[in-house]
Amino acid sequence: MGIEYSPLIPQLVLVLAGMLIMLLEPFTAPERKSRLGQIAIVATAVAAYGLKLQSNHRPHAIFHGMFLVDAYTYFFQWLFLVITGISALLSMRFNERESINRGEYYALLLFACSGMSLMAASGDLILTFIGIEILSIATYILAGFKRDDVRSNEASLKYFLLGSFATAFLLYGIALIYGSTGTTNYLAIRQLASLQGSVQVTTLIGMGLLLVGFGFKVALVPFHAWAPDVYEGAPSPVTAFMTVGPKAAGFAALVRVLVQALPGLGRDWTSILWIVAILTMTLGNVVAVRQTNVKRMLAYSAIAHAGYVLVGIVANSRTGFGAVLFYLVVYTVMNLGAFCIVVSLSHKGDARVYLDNYTGLGRKAPFAAAALSLFLISLAGIPLTGGFIGKFYLFSAAIQKGYIGLAIIAVLNSVLSVFYYFRLMVIMYMREPPEGQPDPDPISPPVMAIVAIGVVGILWLGINPAMILNLAANSTLP
Amino acid sequence: MEIRNILSLVTYLPAAAAILLLLVPRRAENAIRRCALLASLATFVLSLYLAYHFDAANGGMQYVENVPWIRTATYRVGHHLGIDGISLFLVILTTFLTPLAILSSWQSITKRLKPYMISLLVLETGMIGVFCALDLVLFYVFWEVMLIPMYFLIGIWGGTNRIYAAVKFILYTMAGSLLMLLAIIYLFFVSGGTTFDLVEITQFLASGSLQLSRREEFWLFMAFLVAFAIKVPLFPFHTWLPDAHVEAPTAGSVILAGVLLKMGTYGLLRFCLPLFPGAALAAAPSLSILALIGIIYGALVAMVQPDLKKLVAYSSVSHMGLVVLGIFAFTTQGLAGSTVQMLNHGLSTGALFLLVGMIYDRRHTRMISDFGGLAHASPVLASMFLVVTLSSIGLPGLNGFVGEILVLAGTFMQNRTYAAIAALGMILGAVYMLWMYQRVFLGKVTNPENAQMKDIGLRERLILLPILAAMLWIGVYSAPFLRRMDASLQVVQQRVLHARGPEGGFRVEQLRAFPGREGSR
Repeated sequence: MGIEYSPLIPQLVLVLAGMLIMLLEPFTAPERKSRLGQIAIVATAVAAYGLKLQSNHRPHAIFHGMFLVDAYTYFFQWLFLVITGISALLSMRFNERESINRGEYYALLLFACSGMSLMAASGDLILTFIGIEILSIATYILAGFKRDDVRSNEASLKYFLLGSFATAFLLYGIALIYGSTGTTNYLAIRQLASLQGSVQVTTLIGMGLLLVGFGFKVALVPFHAWAPDVYEGAPSPVTAFMTVGPKAAGFAALVRVLVQALPGLGRDWTSILWIVAILTMTLGNVVAVRQTNVKRMLAYSAIAHAGYVLVGIVANSRTGFGAVLFYLVVYTVMNLGAFCIVVSLSHKGDARVYLDNYTGLGRKAPFAAAALSLFLISLAGIPLTGGFIGKFYLFSAAIQKGYIGLAIIAVLNSVLSVFYYFRLMVIMYMREPPEGQPDPDPISPPVMAIVAIGVVGILWLGINPAMILNLAANSTLP
Repeated sequence: MEIRNILSLVTYLPAAAAILLLLVPRRAENAIRRCALLASLATFVLSLYLAYHFDAANGGMQYVENVPWIRTATYRVGHHLGIDGISLFLVILTTFLTPLAILSSWQSITKRLKPYMISLLVLETGMIGVFCALDLVLFYVFWEVMLIPMYFLIGIWGGTNRIYAAVKFILYTMAGSLLMLLAIIYLFFVSGGTTFDLVEITQFLASGSLQLSRREEFWLFMAFLVAFAIKVPLFPFHTWLPDAHVEAPTAGSVILAGVLLKMGTYGLLRFCLPLFPGAALAAAPSLSILALIGIIYGALVAMVQPDLKKLVAYSSVSHMGLVVLGIFAFTTQGLAGSTVQMLNHGLSTGALFLLVGMIYDRRHTRMISDFGGLAHASPVLASMFLVVTLSSIGLPGLNGFVGEILVLAGTFMQNRTYAAIAALGMILGAVYMLWMYQRVFLGKVTNPENAQMKDIGLRERLILLPILAAMLWIGVYSAPFLRRMDASLQVVQQRVLHARGPEGGFRVEQLRAFPGREGSR
């Protein structure tokens, strides 16, 4: 039986397009580099088409169980392609303004996307590791893409050093699990673990180290320290990308490992993640309250949202994982939407990203202010937006499993988050703009279109969520 | 003529109008005002249909609409609307006050008129939805959605300290309601994980097919209670109210006092009592005491307020305490009195805020000490203010009396001491209101600026006259109102009285011996 390559078409398209962009880069005049961004966007569209062609496969594994083709993979690949496409679109004008419009940027985005897809599809710890590395190396460079900016350099270096450290934990965890089971394949690990009867200490430690590694990638407390600085220092479109893409990919891989390889240790990892969830939500929200830089505020809010997602994982049920998938979609829409506006309103050198710069925005840029408000309302989890339905499903999964204390803490956190999300709205609408403040730049039409789609999407997810909910429920593991 | 989906129509008409308003250019201010007024008037007319075709003998839900809204493998949320005798008049109160609120802001709102009207209309949809929703999730959605426009109304068009008030308002109410959301989800799973439908869950509970342990019932009751108690506001959850009221624009205060506070007491009647009757019985003594504290405390604090609006705000704390007291008496008179008192409070406090707003528009101050002898300059304003004042303190012949006497009678049957204390609160109410009236309107004109104050004009009379008419109507001939409420209130009462009472708790047995249906009519 030959090896089946067709499920790899989207990956191949992304990687080849990335290489093509690198090849074309030296031959493109500096003012026409945005063409390369357009190639990247087209590549994501082609990859999405390739993905669509093979949607009706029944679940199976290729490459000896390394690459799993199932609804879960399919779901996440879609998500990643959308995230990458929007990030590329968002980057083009920003990069021109900051004079960092180079082809590598878009190539790296595409490579990151292929890494994320591998993470979601991987059925083997080794491939998971490779996916994480492809993604991480691309994002290390992207974070430092503003080479002449100190903060961007700091972001890149910090991310790289801490990231390498976390990678070591991950590798050591993989090694320990391999040592105790003799395999890196998820299904084999599960079967061996159930045959062994009692849980081996090395497996347990291995799992703990894996959680550390993943915890770093998705910025869970106490492995979150890198996130705010990196999110603040990185070029804004990269921050937008990093708060949604790698986060979703990290959760995708984490859930696969926990559910497919280590279900026997369910009691252990739920009790660890239970505490981590509480810490993550609470720290993210408490610190976000004190931020005056909008990018940094959204960075801490991103940490808090990772905590909410964990609530669904702790529930360890089909409902819970369905809620996680749904929430990741909603979170992507609302966070990317908010970032689209923040990026578009900022000025050269990432100026104008402070709360004060938003005074009176409701007058000066009514559409942007209204859209940003809607995304903030959704992030706060208020009904008729996707954010509410997402939280509702996450919390109800927790309650179904009897984690009422966790749900109460999550809910109190939501109240806290209302404070800082609404504060931005207060500033936009309820304060008069100071005299002589320059008007914000108009938002470019393509980004405007994306924001409009985001607005419609977030309302649609809030008013008629059944389709995506069912999709998420049908795409969950086991 | 029968209108299908009448409840959806009443609920969503204002929101639809709000969406249409988005298309009207910002500069066309008169068009915006007229559109908003027209939409709210149309909603009011439609809501009268509800009262006209209402079947008073039926204690169940009427005009029911039930279509699935969210359907997934695990969850089924219905778009289930319906009203009974309890919610009927609250819906009408909402549709009645909204056009008046819009009229009251005809001239006083000059900046950002379009978002203002849109907020008011969306708010109206939210409020009507709260009173009509029979699915717990749907109810929660309306309950929360309504916060956003109210938040903007206070925060954008409010007074100097508006931002603080708006944030306090939203944080208080969110904290309460999110716990209620968890209780809703818990109730869903404990009832078999099939439905969020209030009617179905109540049936499960009533028939015994769903039994909550005493502990479960207590905590669920508490979670709902906190959400509602904050809204009412029941002492000691009232601290958001004076800030919100004082800072909100006139129309915001009218809606806040007139309708939003009723959502709390409505929630108690609609959810807390029928779903958790045992816990309600057990909690009744402590809640009654909190209500009494609110009555006395609100009145005492109102007495010393230098600011008219703050005085009215604290009087709300006092009056709403009376409503809660009546509900937790569980007597026919108490329940009926509370329901009528919700309407009365909406009318009289709404009117008071409108009047204070009119005075403020003229003098740009609300300090009692700045006034004196206003009756000389503005006799019509003064006489209308007097009628509203008398209605608020419960003069026989006006609406306030009907509600107060019923609540007092109902409480008396349950506990004489409570009734005596509540009556004391009524006396205090008369004291602060009349004293305030005396200082503002009577005597010599002490401040020369007041001598030239313009009397109220035609638009303002048009706003006040319908309210005065309604006050007189309820005061003189309350039967059409009480008759429609009766059957639905009986359903609630029976539900509570048939629940197991805790030992040494409320005197349920004695209540059964007191059918007392004739006494008050």
